[in-house]
Amino acid sequence: MIAIIDYGSGNLAAIANIYKQIKIPHLITSDTNEIQNADRYILPGVGAFDATMRYLKKSGLIDLLNQQVLEKQKKILGICVGMQILGESSDEGVLPGLGWIRGQVRKIDVSRITSGPRLPHMGWNSVSLTQATKLFDGVDLERGFYFLHSYYFDVSEAHDVTATVEYGNQLPCTVVHGNVFGVQFHPEKSHSNGVAVFRNFAEY
Amino acid sequence: MLRSRITPCLLRQNGGLVKTRQFKDPKYVGDPLNAVKIFNEKEVDELMFLDIDATVQRRDPDFTLLRNLAVESRMPLCYGGGITNAYQATRIIALGVEKVSISAAAVHRPMLIKEMAEAVGAQSVVVTLDVRKNKLFSGYTVYTCNGREQSKANLLEFCQQAVELGAGEIVINSIDRDGEMAGYDLDLARKVRESVTCPISVLGGAGSVGHIRDLIEAVGVVGAAAGSMFVFKGIYRAVLINYPGKDEKDSLLGMRALH
Repeated sequence: MIAIIDYGSGNLAAIANIYKQIKIPHLITSDTNEIQNADRYILPGVGAFDATMRYLKKSGLIDLLNQQVLEKQKKILGICVGMQILGESSDEGVLPGLGWIRGQVRKIDVSRITSGPRLPHMGWNSVSLTQATKLFDGVDLERGFYFLHSYYFDVSEAHDVTATVEYGNQLPCTVVHGNVFGVQFHPEKSHSNGVAVFRNFAEY
Repeated sequence: MLRSRITPCLLRQNGGLVKTRQFKDPKYVGDPLNAVKIFNEKEVDELMFLDIDATVQRRDPDFTLLRNLAVESRMPLCYGGGITNAYQATRIIALGVEKVSISAAAVHRPMLIKEMAEAVGAQSVVVTLDVRKNKLFSGYTVYTCNGREQSKANLLEFCQQAVELGAGEIVINSIDRDGEMAGYDLDLARKVRESVTCPISVLGGAGSVGHIRDLIEAVGVVGAAAGSMFVFKGIYRAVLINYPGKDEKDSLLGMRALH
């Protein structure tokens, strides 16, 4: 059972709808028992870093998630700002992140982009694998995913990064650190590539 | 590589979808949820959905419909219509809509752009401007409320101000070209592209893949938005939801992509 964590941020229903269509058991929940009983988690997130952390704090679920993810080693996938809060801190705010993966969230450096759109990074962009990951089985890398962000997760340990996206620089867009996964793009809005990521995470 | 976006734009009026010409003569073209399902199958880049009744009727966005659209939509969604405060924007984003567009409210009270950017992040704040080309003098005039009210805003200065306040995207909509399917106003697109650093989308005039090609050639990576082109087929404008196929799209979007 995959629990989509409902703490007031992110596109829960669209994610649930995809799992429903590919017939993988899931639920949207903020209930501590249901979270304890689930074997893996999706942590969505949209908006600003601090606002997202505040929502998560207010939900009272941080201790439970720490226990399930760090002690019980259950798998969790953070999406968009849900990926960014896996890190230690963000230039966008002052609150600490969950700190499950070492690194800081920084503003995208667009100094090398001299014309056309700069920030936010908006639209469909190709991705490159930096190491093989089952998370991307069946994904058309050239076609890539839908991105919508001005900040990115500057991951400290290069071996935690499994894919990058080229925008100004090569930016980490997928992290895998043991049982903790994160994607900067919006798989719930990336058609068949996104569906593949959700399926792969469920079967990982 | 970052590619241009080809974005169908759907207009909602009296509960159904309509398509206008120069903002007049709305023609019924179908049901919102059904259209989203078809665009899902066609793997559309993103979708823009504008409720053109909400602001003129001074009512709230239809949150129930938005919830249903967001659940169904497997492509990114931009919603506009009837938004006057940051709280509404927060609610819409929480429903699973990626971007929120304001138009009249931004023109009347630009600080709303800043309030929304603080609430939901600049990347989700879109400012949509409806413009008419001036007949006697050069330049463009910004209109609100479905082209009924003329604004005093200077188009390009206002675009820059909007970005400074936190707009993540400018959508520029040519009233003159709306529904004409004779091509985008490329001069307008270039002017807006040169005055801001955020992504832009251009709406109004597209009738063929060739028009989208012309737009990308003129301004580089861009949101090529269109209504009529994706809901009508043939010279008699029979209603048929359509979208460029994968190969056609790839050849189009490979041009001038940002590597």
